[in-house]
Amino acid sequence: MRVLGLILAGGHSESLGPLVSKRASAALPVFGKYRAIDFTLSNMVNAGIRKVGVLTQYNPRSLMDHLGSGKEWDLDRKNGGLFILQPYVSAEGSYWYKGTADAIFQNMTILRRGEEDYVLIGSGDHIYKIDFTQVFNFHFSTGADITLLVKYLDETYDLTQYGIVQMEGHRIVSIEEKPQRPKGNLAFLGIYFMNKYLLMELLYNYVTKGENDLLNIIVSQLGRLKVHGYVFEGYWRNVKKGIDEYFRINMDALKKEIREELFYKYGKVYTKLKDLPPPKIGSSAVIKNSIISDGCIVNGHVENSVLFRGVIVKAGAVVENAVVMQDTVIEEGAVVKNAILDKEVLIRQQGRLVGKEKLVVMEKRAVL
Amino acid sequence: MRRVLALILAGGHGKRLGVLTEKIAKPAVPFGGKYRLIDFTLSNCVNSGIYHVGVLTQYRPHLLINHIGIGRPWDLDRKKGGLFVLQPYLGGVAGWYRGTADAVYQNIEFVDEVNPERVLILSGDHVYAMDYNDMLDFHILKNAEGTIACMEVPLDEASRFGIMVTDVESRIVDFEEKPARPRSNLASLGIYVFNWSFLREYLMKDAQDENSSHDFGKDVIPRMIREGRRIFAFRFSGYWRDVGTIRSYWESNLELTRPLPPLNLYDRHWRFYTQTEEMPPAYCAPESKISNSIISEGCEIHGTVENSVLFQGVHVGEGSVIKNSVVMTGTIVGRNCFIENSIVAERVIIADNVQIGVGEDAPSSLDPEVYTGLITVIGMYSRIPENTRIGKNCVVGVGVTEQDFTSKELPSGGFVLHRE
Repeated sequence: MRVLGLILAGGHSESLGPLVSKRASAALPVFGKYRAIDFTLSNMVNAGIRKVGVLTQYNPRSLMDHLGSGKEWDLDRKNGGLFILQPYVSAEGSYWYKGTADAIFQNMTILRRGEEDYVLIGSGDHIYKIDFTQVFNFHFSTGADITLLVKYLDETYDLTQYGIVQMEGHRIVSIEEKPQRPKGNLAFLGIYFMNKYLLMELLYNYVTKGENDLLNIIVSQLGRLKVHGYVFEGYWRNVKKGIDEYFRINMDALKKEIREELFYKYGKVYTKLKDLPPPKIGSSAVIKNSIISDGCIVNGHVENSVLFRGVIVKAGAVVENAVVMQDTVIEEGAVVKNAILDKEVLIRQQGRLVGKEKLVVMEKRAVL
Repeated sequence: MRRVLALILAGGHGKRLGVLTEKIAKPAVPFGGKYRLIDFTLSNCVNSGIYHVGVLTQYRPHLLINHIGIGRPWDLDRKKGGLFVLQPYLGGVAGWYRGTADAVYQNIEFVDEVNPERVLILSGDHVYAMDYNDMLDFHILKNAEGTIACMEVPLDEASRFGIMVTDVESRIVDFEEKPARPRSNLASLGIYVFNWSFLREYLMKDAQDENSSHDFGKDVIPRMIREGRRIFAFRFSGYWRDVGTIRSYWESNLELTRPLPPLNLYDRHWRFYTQTEEMPPAYCAPESKISNSIISEGCEIHGTVENSVLFQGVHVGEGSVIKNSVVMTGTIVGRNCFIENSIVAERVIIADNVQIGVGEDAPSSLDPEVYTGLITVIGMYSRIPENTRIGKNCVVGVGVTEQDFTSKELPSGGFVLHRE
């Protein structure tokens, strides 16, 4: 069985403010050295998928820079490998992707060509580790036409932001997108598995009639096709759901069980190499409950924080409850609390950046 | 474009590193948290714009070859040029490399094929940052046939090196390998530039010489100088170390933890590249205390780490203290352990309540020539049982298991080796 991976990575979310002003949400930095898309990409590669199409649209530069030739995921291949699928101009005209189904429809060639029989569609902004081969086995053993990943979400998720699913046995009988009053807490995770030719048929039938959203198409088929729900029990979060959620996800990596699940279960997470030296911790440093990445030089006080690659915290500086992205410098005596600092931010000597009820966010290359 | 071929001599055993090189060639010995010794030379080559590199291997090459692979981390996986692993082979007059010069002699066909103007002969086991272009410029400016990089060393250490005497033009008038009574303190760094046609001639001569040990420092270079050829000394003033002994290996690693280390790994304009396992960033727990140390990706630290270098994936359990030590990739340290002045090699498992490097000073009863520095060395893949107390200057061999320990106490200078 051969599976084609498709990753929807064109998304943009207003609610992430300056963090996504210059990058797609799939390119959001997470956990010190990764980008959101690394998780879905690694999950696919770890499940033996050798051909992956990444559908980009919104501000793709940093995403493309990150993915490169796909080398880091072993996707720089003679056969298969990584395909970047972006909107383009053709003789017939030019179209931005009008939705998930339209995006795949416009790239029908990747479906038509190749020997794959099945398609796994994921999203570039989900953080989770899964053994997709279990999903494939579920799909075949239950005789599904389409398998969707679903999960019982606890109270830490805003259910009105998700598609809420009703199931009878394995079968999904209804999906309600972003309901005002959710009937239950079983949510669709935005991950689809189905036969490639079935997907092509659905796209030909519905996108040509103006339906651009893949989930809507599938909802319309619930009575006709066996759409099954695979209940995922592991950690799963979507970085696109807002600043607080983005912050929470990063902080989750400070928990041992979550770290073990995300980084060591079901294979590794691969990401673009940066060739930086290991972190150097000075004699005046105090580090508590924090993630410290390659290239960091820490001489100050760092607590409950995630430091990305190449961050410098100088002597006497305090960093608490903060997500500090690549190459940011926090100088002597500065205080940063309850904050997200994007890349290459400079907090000068004695600077104070303290979020109270709300997190403070410093955009890329900002100086305080 | 200069036609330069770099040849890296990477066949060395490094006997004086004891158990650290029992299973791996010296150039593959880990250094500085994530690197292996050969990374420094390979990175210097590509940073100097030299993308045609031959690596000559011999002693236990498996891990070394696995590490360098097709040269991808150094950008040496290229369509033109790139990385070539040159190992001894059978056929014609070939065989095991009898010495450094013989190693190059046996690869004459390869070098002729590349047809460089000049060859740069390097060692795979030195730690340094050097732009070889400075040396090549010097070589060309002096209209030299050969150039040897050198550095002033303390006179009492001079007899460990090839020592040269130069005239006012920096031309070498005398060269002695490891002299008992050094006539100067100008030491060879084992970095040479030769015009290829010139070197080729001398390699042919040397190969015919039955009294030769086929070594650059002992035979070939002294002969060139005797015969009055234009060999010059290029003075290098940066950081350079041959981490040839347990003590110097340990010291050079710990030097990296200083506020201003002599070797700057953080210079973004002169990066050192390596192949490492993909691991998440380091995690420091609420109860951890880390100071003056290098920690690496994949580390999980719950204890205290002081003046130490931890390689990738090292776990330090609660209540454990690591001081003045080097702990290599994947080693797990249990709870309430105490490790001081030690080198713990890769993938060692240390159970709870173990003490290492404590007690009286004592000479090594295994090999006092090698284990001289009061540093305790734990070989790779070994397992240390709970409540064990290991003294100073001790050696635990490669792959030692709990059953190999006959007592909970290993006094200073003692050793435990694995019984098959």
